[in-house]
Amino acid sequence: MSILAILEQREGQWNKMSFETLAAAQQLAKELGTTASAAVVGRGIGALANELASKQLEKVYAVEHDLLKDYTPDAYAAALRQLVEAAKPTLVLFPHTYQVRDFLPKLATGLDRVAVSDVVGHRVENGKPVFVRQLFQGKVNVDIRFATDGPNFASLQAGAYRADLVAEGTAPVEAFAPQLDAGQIRTKPLELFRESARAVDLGAAEIIVSVGRGIKEAENIPIVQKLADALGAELAASRPICDAGWLPMERQVGSSGQTVAPKLYLAVGISGAIQHLVGMKGSRTVVAINKDPNAPIFEIADYAIVGDLFQVVPELTAAVVKAKG
Amino acid sequence: MKIVVAIKQVPARDSQLRVASSGKWIEDADLSYEINEPDAYALEAGLQLKEKHGGEVIALCAGPARAATTIREALAKGADRAIHIEEEDLGSYDPLAASRLLAAALKPESPDLVLTGLQSDDLGYGQTGVILAELLGLPHATIIMHVDAEGGAIKVKRELESGWFQNVEMPLPALLTIQSGISKLRYATLMGIKKAKTKEIKRLTAGELGVSAANARITLDRVYAPERTKQTQIFDGPAKEAAAQLVEKLKFEARVI
Repeated sequence: MSILAILEQREGQWNKMSFETLAAAQQLAKELGTTASAAVVGRGIGALANELASKQLEKVYAVEHDLLKDYTPDAYAAALRQLVEAAKPTLVLFPHTYQVRDFLPKLATGLDRVAVSDVVGHRVENGKPVFVRQLFQGKVNVDIRFATDGPNFASLQAGAYRADLVAEGTAPVEAFAPQLDAGQIRTKPLELFRESARAVDLGAAEIIVSVGRGIKEAENIPIVQKLADALGAELAASRPICDAGWLPMERQVGSSGQTVAPKLYLAVGISGAIQHLVGMKGSRTVVAINKDPNAPIFEIADYAIVGDLFQVVPELTAAVVKAKG
Repeated sequence: MKIVVAIKQVPARDSQLRVASSGKWIEDADLSYEINEPDAYALEAGLQLKEKHGGEVIALCAGPARAATTIREALAKGADRAIHIEEEDLGSYDPLAASRLLAAALKPESPDLVLTGLQSDDLGYGQTGVILAELLGLPHATIIMHVDAEGGAIKVKRELESGWFQNVEMPLPALLTIQSGISKLRYATLMGIKKAKTKEIKRLTAGELGVSAANARITLDRVYAPERTKQTQIFDGPAKEAAAQLVEKLKFEARVI
């Protein structure tokens, strides 16, 4: 039994979810009575590997190759397959990033395994890990076990483990040079780019009123705008609202939009799909207004009004105006 | 261009879900079903590519008999024909076995492009597309916002986190998983609905495809309602009363207004 955490970097910068995965690997190793190692993949990653050498790990693998400079699923899956076959971990953990979603199922399939994706927690039963993930957009949880011997694979949802719990220590760094051939890489990645100008920095807002599918039509947006104005808040939205063009993309909160942590976050007509929650669950006080009492947003709400937003929001706006007098 | 779009039928988005007494799944007797939303966008992307480049769109769906309504809808929207892998207990298939079903039905078609939604609204593994690409030996890209095809290759716009994107080029045949909301979904026209009735639906079974759910690599142990991580104060009275109670709390307890 041993655990390997595969960490993510781009151009020498950590993806911050990497350290959540590192903390999870250390925690699971402790609970399972084994050790954790970590790997970083890319080109020119020496400094990152050295940073890991000061963590409580059995070993740090620096998986380096010219063909790993820019991410491609073919090169990453091939390199990691070689690493897994050489290091023989029982359990391999990943941050559930967009990049991991792109190559992990390929890696696992190549080794005749199924990865448990988007894990939100775990427990250990009879010396084996049981992973918790969500079904139906977060409405239901499920416990999942591996039916196969290692290597087994799991990816961890943003925020499911605490990066600040990473234990310090010392670990040797081992270079791992995978055998890769340019001919096996079928996709050609081009430049990264951003589209919206980001004129709105939701990250700096103290109060955010955020609107979701429950608003039904673009014509109804002023109902929540009035509440935002009364509170002196920024107006934000979940993805479907921005996709529909009812609010600009730069006001989107969630994994593909902005991550926010205001003092007060009011979610109006937002069910609380995982992709939205990862963008706002650091908010200090969360208020949810939704007509579905089982909406997952209520699980992280401090205050909740179960009701029709078209009745509740105008009353709330009036009450805020009165309270601020 | 020959395009196969893999679609799934899932419980309607606004369904009230209850855990089944077996603790293994949800009560599904009274649920209504619809096309998995990201798959609807994959279908739309496929239909738009066909309109631009010509060719054929084939809808591929694994699911019980009730999935026929979703398949008919895809045909009514413009898919030319469909393949229905009739399997009453798709839930017993892990993502690898389910992908093997799709791969076995897909292989004889030798499509230029395979499209599917980035994830399902029910299980949400977000893996079927990538596993399918691996089983078929195709290059792939995930969470795609836009597809340009030219000659024997495609250039796609891939979504990354935090507002970043990347263009990726690859040769055909290839597989893409499509992001939700990338274009406006079309409605089926009356003519489309009428035409759909005459379009071919090829029915296959897991047995015919030589695939079974046996030897699952992962098992669903227990399904349950999530535990609340926060102590939530709920106001469920009339709107005016609830609003007043909430503002009181926000002002004097949370001290945020």
